[in-house]
Amino acid sequence: MLKDEDRIFQNLYNDSGADIGAAKLRNDWNGTKEILDKGREWIINEVKSSELRGRGGAGFPTGLKWSFAPKEVGSRPHYLVINADESEPGTCKDRDILRFEPHKLLEGCLIASYAVNAHKCYIYIRGEYFNEGQKLQTAIDEAYKNNLIGKNALNSGWDLDIYIHYGAGAYICGEETALLESLEGKKGQPRLKPPFPALIGLYGCPTIINNVETVAAVPTILRRGAKWFSSLGRPKNTGTKIYCISGNVNNPCNVEEEMGIPLKELIETHAGGVVGGWDNLKAVIPGGSSMPMLPKEICDNMKMDFDACVENKTGLGTAGIVVINNDQDIIKCMARIARFYKHESCGQCTPCREGSGWMWRMLERMAAGEATPDEVDMLFDVTKQIEGHTICAFGEGSSWPVQGLIRHFKDEILERNKFDPVVKKSKNIPYLVDQHLLEKENA
Amino acid sequence: MSIKKIHKVQPETFVFSDKSIKAANKIVSNYPNGKQQSAVMALLYIAQRQNDNWIPLQAMKYIAKFLDMPYIKVYEVATFYSMYNLSPVGKYFFQVCTTTPCMLRGAYDLVKVCKNKISEKENVLSEDGKISWMEVECLGACVNAPMMQVNEDYYEDLNDKKLEEIIETIYQNKTPKPGSYTKRINAEPVNNRKTLIGNKNA
Repeated sequence: MLKDEDRIFQNLYNDSGADIGAAKLRNDWNGTKEILDKGREWIINEVKSSELRGRGGAGFPTGLKWSFAPKEVGSRPHYLVINADESEPGTCKDRDILRFEPHKLLEGCLIASYAVNAHKCYIYIRGEYFNEGQKLQTAIDEAYKNNLIGKNALNSGWDLDIYIHYGAGAYICGEETALLESLEGKKGQPRLKPPFPALIGLYGCPTIINNVETVAAVPTILRRGAKWFSSLGRPKNTGTKIYCISGNVNNPCNVEEEMGIPLKELIETHAGGVVGGWDNLKAVIPGGSSMPMLPKEICDNMKMDFDACVENKTGLGTAGIVVINNDQDIIKCMARIARFYKHESCGQCTPCREGSGWMWRMLERMAAGEATPDEVDMLFDVTKQIEGHTICAFGEGSSWPVQGLIRHFKDEILERNKFDPVVKKSKNIPYLVDQHLLEKENA
Repeated sequence: MSIKKIHKVQPETFVFSDKSIKAANKIVSNYPNGKQQSAVMALLYIAQRQNDNWIPLQAMKYIAKFLDMPYIKVYEVATFYSMYNLSPVGKYFFQVCTTTPCMLRGAYDLVKVCKNKISEKENVLSEDGKISWMEVECLGACVNAPMMQVNEDYYEDLNDKKLEEIIETIYQNKTPKPGSYTKRINAEPVNNRKTLIGNKNA
C-alpha cells in the first residue's frame, strides 16, 4: 500500500477543509513562484521526465502535449482549457478534486498556463456539478484576492484569468474537440483531427486541454521532483492515480493508490472485497464504461496501469472500476451501458448514431433471451462497423464494451438465446404472407 | 440522442429581469470581444432559473437577440443538451441515475418508489404539483450509488426506504438534507478507511 505522505490528494475525503488556509497547510501554493522562475523549458522537461500521463482516459504524455504549444505567441492568443466534464459511468474522481482540492487545481492551472503561454484558462465543468462549481468559484475568488492568480500573479509578471464554464449534461463534451465547440456556444459535436487543438483549438487559437486530475497533480510533482513521481509505479506508468471503485463491493470508495497496484489488492483492501467474496466475482470493468470488461480469471492477476490493461485487451481509461458479481445479469448490465451510449451519441456520424441504437436493441433482446444464435455474430459485426468509422473516439467507446462482453461471455449469451426464426409449420400468423406454402411439401 | 419536446403552451413574451441582465453581462465579459456566443449556455441557465426551471421559446429568441446570434443556433443548443427543460417540471425535480454502476446497487428500486409515490410516468407532475421525476444517465457520483439529483443537490447512498422518507419530507413542505444517507464522509469507504488516517484524526 502506498504511504500516506506519498499521496498527492491529502484532502480527498475533506478532513481538513478546502479553503485557502487549509490548502496552504497542505503545502499548496508553496514555492510556486520559484517554480515559475525556473522557466518554461524546465517545467516542461520536468513534467516530461516524470512521465506523467493524462488522467482523462487516453493516457497521453502530458509534458509532450505541452511541448506541442507554439513556443512564441503569434497573432493569436493561447488558451488553457481544463476538462472537468466528468461523465464516464463509474468515474467520480474529478468531483472530489473540484470540491476538496480546488487550490491544487488552480495552482496547476497557473503553472500549466505559464508553460504553454496562455493568459486565459477556462474550466469546463459538467452542468450537474453545480455545487462543486460554486466551491471552485469560491476558491478562484480567494486566489484572486491573495494575488495568486490575476494580474501579475504571485509577482511573477505573469497574468492569468480563470473562468468557469458550465456544461449542460452532454457526455460527448468530455471529448476535447466537442468540449471546444461547446465552449464556443455550439452543439457539442466533435471536430475532425487534424488540425489538433494545440495548433487550432478554441476560437481557432492554440489550445491545450488537460484533465482535472492531471493538472492538479503537476504542482506536487514539481515541488517534490520528477524523480519522486517516477519512482512510483513502473516506467511509462508512473505515479499515483485516484481509483473509483463502485458496483458490487462492500465499501465503494475513491482512493488514491500507486499505479500498477494489483486489481485484487485494490478491491480487497480498500473496497472491502466483492459482495459474496472474491469467488462471487463475475466481471470487472476496469476503466469506466467504455473499456471492455474482464472476467474473473484475468482479474485474479491483473495490475492496474495503462500498459497492463492494454495487454489484457482493455484500457485503464479513467480508472473507474465497476465490479459486477454473480448475482447480476451480465447481459442486462451491458444492455444498460449500450442504452447510455445510444442516449449520448451526438448524432454527427451515421455509424455511431444508428449503430449505438442497434447495439442497445439487440442486447436488450439478448438479455430477454429473444435473439437467435446467429445474432451474436451479427452484433459483433455491427461493433466492428462502428469502430474506427467515426470522427471521435465515441465509436470505439461504445463498441469496445460490447466486444468485451462477446469476447468473454459469448457462451452465456448463446445459452440463453436459442430462438429459431424459421417457421416450420402453419401457425396462422396473419402477417406471414408465405404461410400457405408451408402446407405444400413441394412448394 | 435524446428526444426533446417543446411545451405546447408557450408564454407570449419573455424578458430578463434586472438581476438576470446583470448576471448575463458578467458572463458575457468572461469571453473575448466578439465571442459572446460562448455565453449562450450560461444564459439559457439564467433564463431557466428565472422561469421556474424551464425554457420557453420566447426566451431563446430573447437570448438570440441579446447575444446577436441566429435564433436557430440558440434553439440547436437548447435542444441538444439534456439539462435544459423545454417544458415545465416540478418545483422539486428528481433525476434518478440508472446507469450501470447505480443499477448494480439498486437504482431501479428507486424508480419503483418514484412511480408509486410521485407519478406513474416520467416527467408528469405529482398530484400536488410539487415533484416530477425522470431517469437520467450517469451523474458522476458512482461510488455513492444509488443516487439522485434534486434540483442542484445530490442525494447519495439511497435505498427505497430512504427515498420514501425524502419524498414524505417534501410533501410536508420541508426540504430534505442533501448528501450521503449512510454514515460516511463524502467518498470514503464506510468503516473501512485505511488511508489518510492521520488527517482524519488531526
